[in-house]
Amino acid sequence: MEVREEELRQFCSRISALLRKEEPGPEALDALRRLFLIVSATKYDRKLEKAFVDLLQTVLCPPARPEPLQLLCAAILREMSPCLGLSLSCDHVQSPWQLSLVASVLLAQGDRKQVRNVGQRVFKVLESRQPEGPSLRPLLPAVSKAASLAPGTLREDQANLLNKRLVDWLRYASVPQGLPHSSGGFFTPRARQPGPVTEVDGAVATDFFTVLSTAQRFTEDQWLNVQAFSMLRAWLQLSGPGGPGAPDTDDKSEQEGSTLSVLSAASSAGRLPPPERLREKAFEYCQRLIEQSNRRALRRADSDLQKACLVEAVLVLDVLCRQDPSFLYRTLSCLKALQARLCGDPTCVRALLPLAQFFLSHGEAAAVDSEAMCQHVFSRVPAEHFHSPMLAFELVQFCRDSLPLLGRNLSALRRSFPSLLKLLAWNSPPLTSEFVVLLPSLVDASTAVEMLHALLDLPCLTAALDLQLRLSPAASERPLWDASLRTTSCPDTSQDPQLQGLLQHLLRAEASGAPERLAPLHLLLQPMAGCARVLQCAEAVPTLLQAFFSAVTQFADGALTNQLARLLLERSDSLYQVPGYEARVHQVLSAQFLGLCQRRPCLVVELAKELLEFVGSGGGLRGGGSVLTSVVWAVGEYLAVSWDRRCTVDQINKFFEALEALLFEVTQSRPSATLPQCPPQLVTALMTTLTKLASRSQDLIPRVSLFLSKMRTLAQSPAAGSLRCREDERAIGTRATELLNLLKMPSVAQFVLTPSVEVAAPRYHRDTNTALPLALRTVSRLVEKEAGLLPG
Amino acid sequence: MVHAFLIHTLRAPQAEEGLCRVLYSCVFGAENSPDDPRPHGAERDRLLCKEQILAVARQVESMCRLQQQASGRPPTDLQPQPSDEPMPLHEAPRGAFRLAAGDPFREPRTVVWLGVLSLGFALVLDAHENLLLAENTLRLLARLLLDHLRLLAPGTNLLLRADRIEGILTRFLPHGQLLFLNDQFVQSLEKEFSAAWPR
Repeated sequence: MEVREEELRQFCSRISALLRKEEPGPEALDALRRLFLIVSATKYDRKLEKAFVDLLQTVLCPPARPEPLQLLCAAILREMSPCLGLSLSCDHVQSPWQLSLVASVLLAQGDRKQVRNVGQRVFKVLESRQPEGPSLRPLLPAVSKAASLAPGTLREDQANLLNKRLVDWLRYASVPQGLPHSSGGFFTPRARQPGPVTEVDGAVATDFFTVLSTAQRFTEDQWLNVQAFSMLRAWLQLSGPGGPGAPDTDDKSEQEGSTLSVLSAASSAGRLPPPERLREKAFEYCQRLIEQSNRRALRRADSDLQKACLVEAVLVLDVLCRQDPSFLYRTLSCLKALQARLCGDPTCVRALLPLAQFFLSHGEAAAVDSEAMCQHVFSRVPAEHFHSPMLAFELVQFCRDSLPLLGRNLSALRRSFPSLLKLLAWNSPPLTSEFVVLLPSLVDASTAVEMLHALLDLPCLTAALDLQLRLSPAASERPLWDASLRTTSCPDTSQDPQLQGLLQHLLRAEASGAPERLAPLHLLLQPMAGCARVLQCAEAVPTLLQAFFSAVTQFADGALTNQLARLLLERSDSLYQVPGYEARVHQVLSAQFLGLCQRRPCLVVELAKELLEFVGSGGGLRGGGSVLTSVVWAVGEYLAVSWDRRCTVDQINKFFEALEALLFEVTQSRPSATLPQCPPQLVTALMTTLTKLASRSQDLIPRVSLFLSKMRTLAQSPAAGSLRCREDERAIGTRATELLNLLKMPSVAQFVLTPSVEVAAPRYHRDTNTALPLALRTVSRLVEKEAGLLPG
Repeated sequence: MVHAFLIHTLRAPQAEEGLCRVLYSCVFGAENSPDDPRPHGAERDRLLCKEQILAVARQVESMCRLQQQASGRPPTDLQPQPSDEPMPLHEAPRGAFRLAAGDPFREPRTVVWLGVLSLGFALVLDAHENLLLAENTLRLLARLLLDHLRLLAPGTNLLLRADRIEGILTRFLPHGQLLFLNDQFVQSLEKEFSAAWPR
């Protein structure tokens, strides 16, 4: 929206005139709305004149103006924050409503000193409450916000005063029904009869008021009860011992007093200092909430609130127990009963998570076996609730947060990785980055192989979960699966026991230790490979594979590295066929294979048999041939005595023959459906590797030279039907020439192509792709110069 | 506590053109720590804040779109139904995701979002908040905004109704405080709001 400065200035003058009137009227409101839009719609500053900004500020101060005007002025000032030269101050504002409004502007300035001022002022007004005065409701959130933005805003004595108030509001809010404030006009005595305070299930309340208590109308302190509980956890954390805003307390007295407080809690809670008293009352409040949440609410909104209250109660109890371990004994008995109740109720599953967290945090101190609960949460909950995006997110957060608590006891978590992967398979966009962080803790030497299979099969898992949902008998509500995929194209596994078995394996809850080959399932689930959800999952897999390998290489020993390399080759040919998936996975696998070889060069010799098979199979040409290129390159680099003394001439010869055959095949045959066009990188890699091998077993040099000159000829006049472009042909031709030149000086060739470890280490150019070509080019030029000097 | 609340546009899953626009945003308190020794211009801080909010909006839009695609919902879901029935907000697409420290906020934060027709609603929360409460609150705010601003009626614009939005936020999310409001409290507050803001 293009508004020039001049126009804006004129507009503001108009608004000034309107605002200065006795009764600003709807025109002023309309104009302010437009001004708000102008100011907020752009991310760049709108310059408003100081006089105008001052005027806006006066609207917020007494005398009171209509609420919409005040809200808009505050919003405009906030939109312009941080605002230099703001003269607004809360020092003389008495009305809680206005103070809250002014505070909202001042807290947005990002100035800690100002935040503290605001906190102090709000506190003062809070303290000077008059019984018949205006409602203090707007103030509690303001003081809570100020305290969290600038810890230490309140001094210790002030914090204690606030603690006392909070105790009053939390525990002693009037149970009798509130009377309506305004009693203008007259009404029948019957209408004035207040109803009782009830629980959410309609029963009359017999205990103190909480957020789960309902009534027709509410008194001021019942409102404050709600606000006090809403800010309770943050306040306890801020002001408790060790909290950022905590005044220095004597820790020793806490410990000594703890046993005493258990005894005295029941009796004279009034003699406790305010922080302890607040904790005691908070404890009682949470207990009551837990009891209240067991009732069957009449309205859905209340039922939702009950669950939120359960979660909050457990979180607050956790804070209390951390601040004062004497609460632990009482809390545990209460929570164990809750655990039994929740485990059987699928609608309360989200409340299980903070409970499990509590048992993990305090389990040791209380000799509670938290493992069973964690097992349930890690293994069983995902299986039943993977399709709920909020639960999936919370569960993964729980796993992340539990890592420091679990310490070395990660076995329960690791065992359950197949279950946790279900969450990822179904909800990959929001959870991929979380799993990248979680993966290093999920994988260890015993689960690495199974995990790699699982990651490669992740899109297949998505399809299987989709199938499971469709076929489940409880599928009565609105479908959770992709409704656009018709059920007739859905595969039927009930007839075939082998397929059933494989499906069960894929959908297992715990690591089995025995990976299965799921190729038949890939075929079966092929119709679902185009589903949006499967595609989304497939896009996440390359990132996860990177995370997996970077984690595994930290601890993998020789045997595991070999196993993974073998697996890599085997699986590159056996992936669930999602469009684009194979190509992307191959890119990662090829890079990772090279990585493994770099870490453990003797791998090439140890896996010689598998590598030979891979090269000879021709399957490596699918999907862009990147894995095959890596294998060829690795063979060229590491199949040498300098890397592994067990390398024999026989092995070199065998590889040579296999690679030569492969090169022949890819260059002589026409590209077809079964043998796609071979990428030029593969051709050059093959040529280079053959040359390297020849430099190590010099009988092969004549053969390779012959082949290379044929390649050069072919590159210079490409065969009909070749789909390669000029540059690629030229590159192949150049490389063939360089290699030929190199082979004219066998000892130099050996030096360049198979440098000993000491020489290879200080490579001047770290990139393996440029080092060798540079060497080749240099030698080539030298040789050609030499050739020019020789006769003939 | 809530760091910010925003309303933004949601394009249809198949739509390629157009940008995600933030229609309304409210940040509760400033993020930058004033103890930061680097000199920072007020303009730069404001620009950063706006960019952060836009980044959140884009991510929410992307998450919502991916979720809609994955569940195979037809794009016509984004058009308002002509009936008078209240929106079944419990069925609306929703989710949560985490923002790592520095990307884009200084501290790690969690975003809870809700998609209703062509509007996205989001709460930016501190890292360890009660997500059940946040979700309930977001649903409540969406319902209130849809009702009181009559967002379903054709031709209604929310861009010029910021005062009403502020009125709702002041009562139901004061200073970014999530409130434990049972149904009766909500009705009470709504009555107060309607009294102060006649339609």
